[in-house]
Amino acid sequence: MATRKSAAKPNVSADELKKYYHDMLLIRRFEEKAGQLYGMGLIGGFCHLYIGQEAVVVGLEAAAEEGDKRVTSYRDHGHMLACGMDPNGVMAELTGREGGYSKGKGGSMHMFSKEKDFYGGHGIVGAQVPIGTGLAFADKYLGNDRVSFAYFGDGAANQGQVYESFNMAAVWKLPVIFVIENNQYAMGTAQKRSTSSAEIYKRGEPFGIPGQLVDGMDVLAVKEAGEKAVAHCRSGEGPYILEIKTYRYRGHSMSDPAKYRTREEVQNMREKHDPIEHIRQMLIDGKHASEDDLKSIDKTIKDIVNNSADFAKESPEPALEELWTDIYADEIPQHDA
Amino acid sequence: MPTEVLMPALSPTMEEGTLAKWMVKEGDTVSSGDILAEIETDKATMEFEAVDEGTIGKILIEEGTEGVKVNTPIAVLLEEGESADDIGEVSAAPAADSSDDSDEEEAPAPAKAHAAASVPAEVKSNASPDWPEGTEMKEQTVREALRDAMAEEMRADELVYVMGEEVAEYEGAYKVTQGLLDEFGSNRVVDTPITEHGFAGLAVGAAFGGLKPIVEFMTFNFAMQAMDQIINSAAKTLYMSGGQMGAPMVFRGPNGAAARVAAQHSQDYASWYAHIPGLKVVMPYSASDAKGLLKQAIRDPNPVIFLENEILYGRSFEVPVLDDFTIPFGKARIWREGSDVTIVSFGIGMQYALQAADKLAEDGISAEVIDLRTLRPIDYDTVIASVMKTNRCVTVEEGFPVGSIGNHLSATIMERAFDYLDAPVLNCTGKDVPMPYAANLEKLALVTTDEVIAAVKKVTYR
Repeated sequence: MATRKSAAKPNVSADELKKYYHDMLLIRRFEEKAGQLYGMGLIGGFCHLYIGQEAVVVGLEAAAEEGDKRVTSYRDHGHMLACGMDPNGVMAELTGREGGYSKGKGGSMHMFSKEKDFYGGHGIVGAQVPIGTGLAFADKYLGNDRVSFAYFGDGAANQGQVYESFNMAAVWKLPVIFVIENNQYAMGTAQKRSTSSAEIYKRGEPFGIPGQLVDGMDVLAVKEAGEKAVAHCRSGEGPYILEIKTYRYRGHSMSDPAKYRTREEVQNMREKHDPIEHIRQMLIDGKHASEDDLKSIDKTIKDIVNNSADFAKESPEPALEELWTDIYADEIPQHDA
Repeated sequence: MPTEVLMPALSPTMEEGTLAKWMVKEGDTVSSGDILAEIETDKATMEFEAVDEGTIGKILIEEGTEGVKVNTPIAVLLEEGESADDIGEVSAAPAADSSDDSDEEEAPAPAKAHAAASVPAEVKSNASPDWPEGTEMKEQTVREALRDAMAEEMRADELVYVMGEEVAEYEGAYKVTQGLLDEFGSNRVVDTPITEHGFAGLAVGAAFGGLKPIVEFMTFNFAMQAMDQIINSAAKTLYMSGGQMGAPMVFRGPNGAAARVAAQHSQDYASWYAHIPGLKVVMPYSASDAKGLLKQAIRDPNPVIFLENEILYGRSFEVPVLDDFTIPFGKARIWREGSDVTIVSFGIGMQYALQAADKLAEDGISAEVIDLRTLRPIDYDTVIASVMKTNRCVTVEEGFPVGSIGNHLSATIMERAFDYLDAPVLNCTGKDVPMPYAANLEKLALVTTDEVIAAVKKVTYR
């Protein structure tokens, strides 16, 4: 049903397109399943779904290299799947089970993976921005050429610590990409009601940080912008800002009826700008994949997601002794600097 | 097999709801994302979307039904190739929720501090000498001792760096980082903008990324700007990550009242930080403790709050001349042995405690004076063992009275040594007022030696 025309991108291979399709669909199906498990009472508390925003993380992960770091807010399931974390571990954390990434002690908003350089999963709006800047500080200190992605939303863009971070990143030329996932609503507050200027990507200008506006419903556009930003950071030029315009189809969290926008607005995005449908159409139109090929990808993903749900239901709750562990570390965690 | 559509929980607290309106009818084809129904939760009316695609085979709960329990089947969805005849296979029982059967299980043993109130047979003091007898000593100020501790640890470990306002070129607002820039360079001694929230968060990120930051706050009054990063990011991440990553770092700087700087610049945060699991909290009095404990703090793999005192910076003490000495956390120091009363304090409170003990000795009262040195962990055993001997206790600190460290010690002593007490435990604290500017009022707001003496006389019934 995609009505948008996609310019042919000759430098993208069929395999890459298929990978993006796969990775975005995995996030979508995973989130739908998470929503379902929430409805069944298997997931508790706050649960913020990423449906609609999939092209942002999949596009940027395509621009990242091994050893690059990422940190985000509480709408974090998509980021974890996109950087290669195990869907079983993520889903089991959502259900608060022993097999979860944080042994059930973090939940939806607080998950981490040292192995995949995923530094959370932070529940306080904007707090991840100085942390991401600090990850970049560490890389610069250690003298490697890694890059950090600090993701935050249009809502967090009004937190003071974001500008404290811009300032320090610019003064010290830190290799951090500030990724503003602008889904246009800070919980229920539309951007125009909360934000003095519409162009958030220009807010780096007074600090001398280049910024770029990106179509976040087009994974190829995101990837291209990401590559430019990564090259800028890796070459020692300092921070970069990407404002990626996107849209979340679901409410802010599971308990948000989303009355602050019309059903038509959501339907319009879904039907005309869906990032997954966009790539699907490119694959079919360009004869890179047949309907059967895509069905087979769909099937693979359905299996992965169903397995993760089974795992998340079957994994036991954490042992009661776990209440008292991981409060203090005995040894300094090793790193491979 | 047909799929049951279950009544969803649409808020963290919803147990049942009203099926307000069906947006589909039997025979309709639906795909993922289509609105199936409107459901009223305890909070709002929500649209309920389809997850799976298929055809609505049967609607089980009519619209307008109130009090539909979460997980009750409300409709049946048919997949491709199935018909309404297949519906019989679906069980009518609501799906079981396996997660709520843990209520009756036995809770694990509570933390040590909350153990039963029985009187222990014997409590042994942890206090012991911090260095071998006969060690050469030299006079050093607290300021120099802190600087030496950082320099020694920075020489030993390249991952250790210092950041804060005026720490490099200015050599510290209180000159604690004197000489560090010259020796270690601007990569490791980093002047920050005035941006406490930002640089505290940045340092937490640097710690996640493998460094061991020492963050200097010009004073801890300004750390309130950074409180969210200290508590929510530094202290809690190890737990929230199931032990995968934490923040090995030190937040240090002067804490408590200085002189005539009034309410916003004169506050003791000891009990604030001591409240937080995941932090370690140190508050030294002497120069040797400042040095040995700061070296230990830099090596500790957890976030450590290191509370110094501006008035003590210039005070000189004997410091051992040793290549490398540290003082473990959770080990109090007995400054003076005594038999009639135990006076427990820490940080600058120790000067009132020690002065009081001197004067009390003139009146024939023998006070044992204990310096806690660390407030998380606290060396309870040394305090309890002393109270069992003296049967009386007075605590001394500069902070506000409500929720003070002294309050906590009183409760612990009551739990563990109730039968040994010959008098209530008294807490000497700062007064319950913001710090005034006027010299006479400021004096009145602070805890004094005379107040400590009066408290001791009260508990010894003199």
